[in-house]
Amino acid sequence: MNNIASMPASPPAEAARLPARHYLNEAHTLRSWFLTTDHKRIALLFLASITVFFLIAGVAALLMRLELLTPEGDLVQAETYNRLFTLHGVLMVWFFLIPSIPTVLGNFAIPMMLGARDLAFPRLNLISWYLFVGGGTLTLYSLIKGGVDTGWTFYTPYSTLYSNSAVLSTVAGVFVSGFSSILTGLNFIVTIHTLRARGLTWFRLPLFIWSMYATSLILVLATPVLAITLLLLAMERFFGFGFFDPRLGGDPLLFQHLFWFYSHPAVYIMILPGMGVVSELVAAFSRRRVFGYKVVAFSSLAIAVYGFLVWGHHMFVAGQSPYAGLVFSALSYLVAIPSAIKVFNWTATLYKGDISLDTPMLYALGFIGLFTIGGLTGLFLAALGLDVHLTDTYFVVAHFHFIMVGGMVMGYLGGIHYWWPKISGRLYTEWMGRFSAITAFVGFNLTFLPQFLAGYLGMPRRYWAYAPEYQVLNVMSTLGASILGVAYAFPLIYLTWSFWKGQVAGPNPWEATGLEWRTPSPPPTHNFETPPRVTGEAYERSHAARGEA
Amino acid sequence: MAVNSKEGLSPAGIALIGIVLLALLALTIAIARFHWGAWNLILAMAIATVKLILIALYFMRLRYSGRTLWVFAAAGFFWLLILVGLSLSDYLTRRGPY
Ligand SMILES: [Cu+2]
Repeated sequence: MNNIASMPASPPAEAARLPARHYLNEAHTLRSWFLTTDHKRIALLFLASITVFFLIAGVAALLMRLELLTPEGDLVQAETYNRLFTLHGVLMVWFFLIPSIPTVLGNFAIPMMLGARDLAFPRLNLISWYLFVGGGTLTLYSLIKGGVDTGWTFYTPYSTLYSNSAVLSTVAGVFVSGFSSILTGLNFIVTIHTLRARGLTWFRLPLFIWSMYATSLILVLATPVLAITLLLLAMERFFGFGFFDPRLGGDPLLFQHLFWFYSHPAVYIMILPGMGVVSELVAAFSRRRVFGYKVVAFSSLAIAVYGFLVWGHHMFVAGQSPYAGLVFSALSYLVAIPSAIKVFNWTATLYKGDISLDTPMLYALGFIGLFTIGGLTGLFLAALGLDVHLTDTYFVVAHFHFIMVGGMVMGYLGGIHYWWPKISGRLYTEWMGRFSAITAFVGFNLTFLPQFLAGYLGMPRRYWAYAPEYQVLNVMSTLGASILGVAYAFPLIYLTWSFWKGQVAGPNPWEATGLEWRTPSPPPTHNFETPPRVTGEAYERSHAARGEA
Repeated sequence: MAVNSKEGLSPAGIALIGIVLLALLALTIAIARFHWGAWNLILAMAIATVKLILIALYFMRLRYSGRTLWVFAAAGFFWLLILVGLSLSDYLTRRGPY
């Protein structure tokens, strides 16, 4: 491992200049942004919107961690605490994690990686953003003005019968933004089928495209079920139809079946794009083809399919029949196989690679480590007997944060840093990027490793006060969360700065291989001056050198 | 690759399918007024299936679409089977008072 480059990958020798015309300076009016059909501009609209949601949900998390600094419930009231974790969960899941990589990086990169001028349905793409922002605004308003205390899962009968909070309008916002997901997924599927460049066969596609394809399948197949479920919930709460209330002939567990039929696959909507980004990063910064390309490609599809077969593992102690529990437990273990394939293949790609530890690579390595811990602790929870002890404890909280924050957010930030020179045409300051990546890794572990312990010892989740013996672990966790806060705030500052002031990047600062690096940074509105042709396999280095225009 | 062809039903044809669907709806309501035990459910589901096929073939234009769209439509139904089938693994094996 003595061939690790300590410098950022080869800044262009002569002072590079931005291209004279590109998608950012094509027009400057508000209209040219808010009525744009350019996938790159829409990606930036999404970037701005999800960042706002992320910040608000992050503040809620910090408030919760502050409350949990002491065992007594002293900072906020119990009711406020319930509203905080609901706000945090709803905003993070539906308005940050699920849209993050698809709508920002997917929107920006997919057409260019395919050698296309835009997505298949550019106007649908814009509609998707409006639906997202519309639904998001409604939900945000309900969560802050009214407040909702059900948790992000809206379990019945609490959400339909007992909760005196703004459930209906919150759910309506999630319902509307779900259509944004469906349209985006549809758009990606059609684009990948129909707009590939000449010579770009399925098995020459970058692995990010494969993972986005698998994600889109889930978006299209699962999101309608969420929409139906929320509609049933609204009908029961508003009109008194008996779907979930036993007194009206309903079944409370039916809600959980329907909800988790969407929400477990939704975890893969969040993590699969992260895996796709990591495949790109590992290939680019090891300067090698991803080991076992086809297996990695198919493991994305396998995860998408298996993801639909395991939802009952959220209901082991909810009153589901023991036989169903057994089936879902066994099926849940299946998901470990394609996930492990990915981790092993990334690791094998590193072997004898020409590794450089630039910022995106640091995030990618963080992803691999944290995702592995998150995945393996999932096996604990999939075990029927152990789950009885661990359900509704901080062990679960730690587990899914390892997947969603340790995995997904690391992948997202890695991708943002990787494609930033393409998005903005400029480089951020490398040491700041590395500092943020390392700080995020440290802060993350300090936040969530103690929660595994607290949960294993029996600390229940979703309470604003706790028994004093858990205080040490909670102080560690709160300390870690504040470090994590710094690690997430810092990129916001230096990326924004570099957008206007950073050093000019040139077309391919990382010497990466994808088609998106063969066009100027920032790209022209129609992406390529001449439609590219593909003659080699994905990640093939000699080919990349030849294709450098 | 041609996924979609332009042809489809004429407006009159669309109206006809619409009328057939409304007639089937009326039939469903009419049948619900009788008490035939398990047959109520079977008949209602049979009518719903006919409606579904009509909508998929004509309103969703599957009849005039390429193979790729058939695969996607089939996948949608298959996913519905997963949802119903695995949920039944719970409901059909419950014991006790619930
Ligand atoms: Cu799950």
